[in-house]
Amino acid sequence: MSVRRLSPNQPASFTFSKESLKQAQWWISKYPAGKQQSAVIPILWLVQKQEGWVSEPAIRAVAEMLGMPQIRVLEVSTFYTMFMLEPVGTHALVQVCGTTPCALRGANDLLAHCKKRLGPKDHRSADGKFYWQEVECLGACSNAPMAMINDYYYEDLTVESFDKLLDEFAAGRTPTPGSATGRQGSSPEGGPLVLIDPSLYDGSRAKPIKSLPNAPKPTKGAKEPAA
Amino acid sequence: MVGILEDKDRIFTNLYGVHDWGLEGAKARGCWNGTREMLKQTPEWICDQIKESGLRGRGGGGFPTGLKWTFMPKAQSERPHFLVVNADESEPGACKDREIIRNDPHLLIEGCLVASYAIRAHTAYIYIRGEYVHERERLEAAIKQAYEAKLIGKGNVHGWDFDLHVTHGGGAYICGDETALMESLEGKKGQPRLKPPFPAGAGIYGAPTTINNVESISVVGTILRRGADWFAGFGRPKNSGIKLMAASGHVNKPCVVEEAMSIPMRQLIEDHFGGVRGGWGNLKAVIPGGISMRMIPAEEAEVALMDFDDLAGRRSGLGTATMIVMDKDADLVRAIARASYFYKHESCGQCTPCREGTGWMWRVMERMATGEAEMKEIDLLLDVASQVEGHTICGLGDAAAWPIQGLFRHFRHEVEERITNYRIGKPHVQGATLAAAE
Amino acid sequence: MPKATVNGVEVEFEPGMTVLQVAELAGEEIPRFCYHERLSIAGNCRMCLVEVKPGPPKPQASCALPAAEGNEIITNSPMVKKAREGVMEFLLINHPLDCPICDQGGECDLQDQAMGYGRDDSRYADNKRAVEEKYMGPLIKTVMTRCIQCTRCVRFITEVAGVPDIGLISRGEDVEITTYLDKSVASELSANVIDLCPVGALTSKPYAFNARPWELKKTESVDVMDALGSSIRVDSRGPAVLRVLPRLNEDINEEWISDKTRYAVDGLSRQRLDQPFLRKGGRLQPTTWAEAFELIASKVKATTPERIGVIAGDVQDAESMKAALDLFGAMGVKNLDCRQDGMALGAGPRESWLLNSTIAGIEEADVILLVGTNPRVEAPVFNARLRKRWLAGALRVGVIGEQADLTYGYDYLGAGPQTLSGLSRSKNDFVTALKGAKNPAIIVGAGALARADGAAVLAAAAAAAKSFGLTWNVLHSAAARVGGLDLGFVPGEGGKSAGEMVQKGALDVLFLLGADEIDAKGSDAFTVYLGTHGDAGAHLADVILPGAAYTEKDGIYVNTEGRVQFGYRAVFPKGQAKEDWSILRALSEGLGAKLPYDTLAQLRAKLFADHPSFGQVDYVAGPAGAASLDFGLLGAKGELSDAPFASPVKAFHLTNPIARASVTMAECAAVASGAAKIAAE
Repeated sequence: MSVRRLSPNQPASFTFSKESLKQAQWWISKYPAGKQQSAVIPILWLVQKQEGWVSEPAIRAVAEMLGMPQIRVLEVSTFYTMFMLEPVGTHALVQVCGTTPCALRGANDLLAHCKKRLGPKDHRSADGKFYWQEVECLGACSNAPMAMINDYYYEDLTVESFDKLLDEFAAGRTPTPGSATGRQGSSPEGGPLVLIDPSLYDGSRAKPIKSLPNAPKPTKGAKEPAA
Repeated sequence: MVGILEDKDRIFTNLYGVHDWGLEGAKARGCWNGTREMLKQTPEWICDQIKESGLRGRGGGGFPTGLKWTFMPKAQSERPHFLVVNADESEPGACKDREIIRNDPHLLIEGCLVASYAIRAHTAYIYIRGEYVHERERLEAAIKQAYEAKLIGKGNVHGWDFDLHVTHGGGAYICGDETALMESLEGKKGQPRLKPPFPAGAGIYGAPTTINNVESISVVGTILRRGADWFAGFGRPKNSGIKLMAASGHVNKPCVVEEAMSIPMRQLIEDHFGGVRGGWGNLKAVIPGGISMRMIPAEEAEVALMDFDDLAGRRSGLGTATMIVMDKDADLVRAIARASYFYKHESCGQCTPCREGTGWMWRVMERMATGEAEMKEIDLLLDVASQVEGHTICGLGDAAAWPIQGLFRHFRHEVEERITNYRIGKPHVQGATLAAAE
Repeated sequence: MPKATVNGVEVEFEPGMTVLQVAELAGEEIPRFCYHERLSIAGNCRMCLVEVKPGPPKPQASCALPAAEGNEIITNSPMVKKAREGVMEFLLINHPLDCPICDQGGECDLQDQAMGYGRDDSRYADNKRAVEEKYMGPLIKTVMTRCIQCTRCVRFITEVAGVPDIGLISRGEDVEITTYLDKSVASELSANVIDLCPVGALTSKPYAFNARPWELKKTESVDVMDALGSSIRVDSRGPAVLRVLPRLNEDINEEWISDKTRYAVDGLSRQRLDQPFLRKGGRLQPTTWAEAFELIASKVKATTPERIGVIAGDVQDAESMKAALDLFGAMGVKNLDCRQDGMALGAGPRESWLLNSTIAGIEEADVILLVGTNPRVEAPVFNARLRKRWLAGALRVGVIGEQADLTYGYDYLGAGPQTLSGLSRSKNDFVTALKGAKNPAIIVGAGALARADGAAVLAAAAAAAKSFGLTWNVLHSAAARVGGLDLGFVPGEGGKSAGEMVQKGALDVLFLLGADEIDAKGSDAFTVYLGTHGDAGAHLADVILPGAAYTEKDGIYVNTEGRVQFGYRAVFPKGQAKEDWSILRALSEGLGAKLPYDTLAQLRAKLFADHPSFGQVDYVAGPAGAASLDFGLLGAKGELSDAPFASPVKAFHLTNPIARASVTMAECAAVASGAAKIAAE
């Protein structure tokens, strides 16, 4: 990755939307009292969802909200690569995984296609609709190659199916995420070879268990361990 | 039958998301069954059972899970205990926890409750990588169901007050390291901490903390339901149990599957992954478990078993058992150069050998991939790799060195050939073409 | 005590020591960059790797590893050598080879350790990384390409200074040390990061390209920019003081100094009075010593002692004050004062004006009440000590006075005297803590005592100290103050105070001994100014006698805890200027009241004889000395006003004539007030 810097073009101010504010409070409530700083990543993500990217005034606003020094929020914003520090495409942020497992199955073709169709990486496309990046492993390797477009994964891509996806996004639609070849999750092409025993799903496994295997008998009443 | 494991012994019965991921579906498949009985036992009993099951950490480290739990203080002081679940699955090749989170989230939630009870924690956090947005939404929804059904929360039906929160990262592989994850959870950069202190002494917020992988936690409920001996009955001694495995790369049908430990690698590939592209004879090398594991060549893959000890004996490792298969068309050098780029990109920048070494190694690897490098740079590269390996705060330095070492251990000749061939037909000295023409 | 072996040699060590410390006990040098005794352990540079058995078969970071009984520590094995060479090589691949133009040259850890532990060649063939320049304010010069990311600066500014302005952004090989959007570092201790930086990434901006360390004459001395008397080293070349660095002194400044201490020194060569002046026709004209003395003598002889007054300034050495005291005292002058600010101290026992807890001893306190003081600007290094104590935990601080950012948490009790006097009746949570404290202390500042109702405030503070059993402390901000009070440089029976002396018609002859902080514009007396700079005092003077600054004379200073310390001459006084005591000695002859000493040694002998406390060099009695302090003797009954306490230091960087003459300090002050403006918006 190259040095991550704040965009030279910054808005004058940032205000949390009502919804973001509510969400932010919910995140803060997850952590122990006084540890509200823990919510900084989720809240920066809320900012990005609201604005499309993380601006400098937003960094200050988050610092103020969480009682953190500004430099600490800047550190976090520049450390974690999901935070976009400049405005992205209006229709889609395309993040193609270029790491080895995807590369072995054709990711380089997808990257080349992005370059051809959308222009240089880490930039907005000429029409402003797209912004594409090559990113590191997104953790869907059995469905390689894949791309994360906006928030969701599009998997088992070919240049053709990928191109169609981009068409959809360009037209302002959001195609259904998942496998482009119709695979069910990460099951093998052609359908699962396992998990076909019907007794797994007939409810027989829900039959109450009276006692656990190896459990000492009689079991003691539930109680807290000695404090 | 495909593979070794029978359907009746599978833990993740909704691995492919064919069935209902929600509470009703999960209950019908046996989740949350007997959980109350589990919490009637003592924490010690649970730790003992998990120890006896032979469960070793499923995040790649392979540390015995039950033993890890016993490191937590026995008595509770004023410092609360925490369970943290590492769902920051980010290593190239690894894509198994995602299937649990999105398709069988209740197994994870149940496991969190039981494990928290075992380590005397009333709060657990699941730290999920930021990119797993869908998975996070699914998990939040499942947790909401569990709260509403009073399975977890204050005053739940199990009699152990327990809060479970999802928190997420922002795109940093390093947060898969347990101490970096703790830093990130606390709202800082994901830079690994020095150990000691270990998390069981001072983890998140300075409190005793246990960190486990998603899979390690998700199998806990079923292990207790079916018995430690049942789980221990699979695989070789010290490598027992069943485990999610996956393949990517050059197999005909890449997928994720649950299998018995110690299954022969070849059987796994051929039974579940549709075999190597172009047939077994077309296999060149396998990276057995996430890209940090050193690759093994085809002749070793032929006889390797999918367990910790066998692969360690082959100077590789089981890792997360999510293999990357490469056939004879694969450009191994390019593949490893891309891995080196990954490590350079993901180095947190805190300690010197990793910060400087990963970039150096990547730059040399890039030249190796084109053949532009000099022959003597091979030894230089290996020396640099050895200067990184074992000298860093966390394991990322090691992980960056291993793929390179694996490549050269088995395929040094190919790199040498490439370097030699690169110069064929090219002037060796600047201006040589002119000189020759005169 | 547990034992370990270091390269086969057995050593005993204190439990809790790290492997690095144990190795040092055994006399083994462990190279390091990120590790620093006074900062948290980062363990990131990996230079201190050693082999430790039992342990994993790889080298361990000795700075972070607690040593254990029976450890076998090996620092000279091939494994360790390889580790050091490896780390050194990694540090150097992206470090520029610009040592010839780098100010750190000659005092660079990277240079030294590359020599000691590095490889002899470079194997890195790719381009070196370049890092964009940063701005950190007028003091810290950055060449970030040289940075080795040890994060000492980040840890110092966050932990010690408590002003988290510096951070390490981005990640991997792209990490960069920076402030938030090139903001100036807003700490009074900021320049300590220059000392801490092991390479030339953070160097001194005012000193840039001025000198090489081996060209400098190094004089160990004492700081006068505040009343702590921090240990400093004055580096000079020829007639010029080029820089001031801290010296280690665990009792006072540990190894920190304030930015003013470090950077006011360019003021030593500006606006200097380098010859005597006389006011002729309303304008100051150069003159001779003889003419100046003659005129002074004529004015003194023309009046009576009741119409003569002497005010001593805030950076005076004790010897010159003693000489003035002897000279004018012998003439019967009672109008003497060393308290330009009118601080209501000086009448009681010596302990009443000391910081009895002592600077280091304040770390023993568990509850501290600050009254009318803002230590952050009055004594930044002491403030860092308070912060250190606060970080250690279980400290409650209560503040009566300004509600400033002190870099640590405190209970704000109120703004002024009413809060103080009502304290014993208060049900405030802090007061409860004060009552239950084991080792509580009160620290009173000039903001409480240097005001019209100062004596009454002093009495109220003393009453509070008495009722809660607090250790009595006064935090001064003037380096000369305790020395002056110890000498009894206060008005005698019927004498006028400084404030009274400068009133119109109060005196015929006013003698300002380096006194620039008092507003004497109203005075119509014939004014003699003995001092160093063309500052407030000189502007009013009818005669100017050029004196020596603290770096130009040997002198005794007594710090706020009552510690007597010697300052030493680093360079000679400017031009015709003389050491202050010798000017007074010369003048005494002209006045026909010849002082009984011809050398500084004779003067000091008399000083020690007349005032025995000065003979106890580098000694403090500490809290024990104040145990018998009779609080009833402090202050006087009187009306308490409603006015809030206000710190005497309005602009930290401009508190004395040297600092006011300093271009660097002016720049800092401008940045600081600008920053304050932005913060207020």
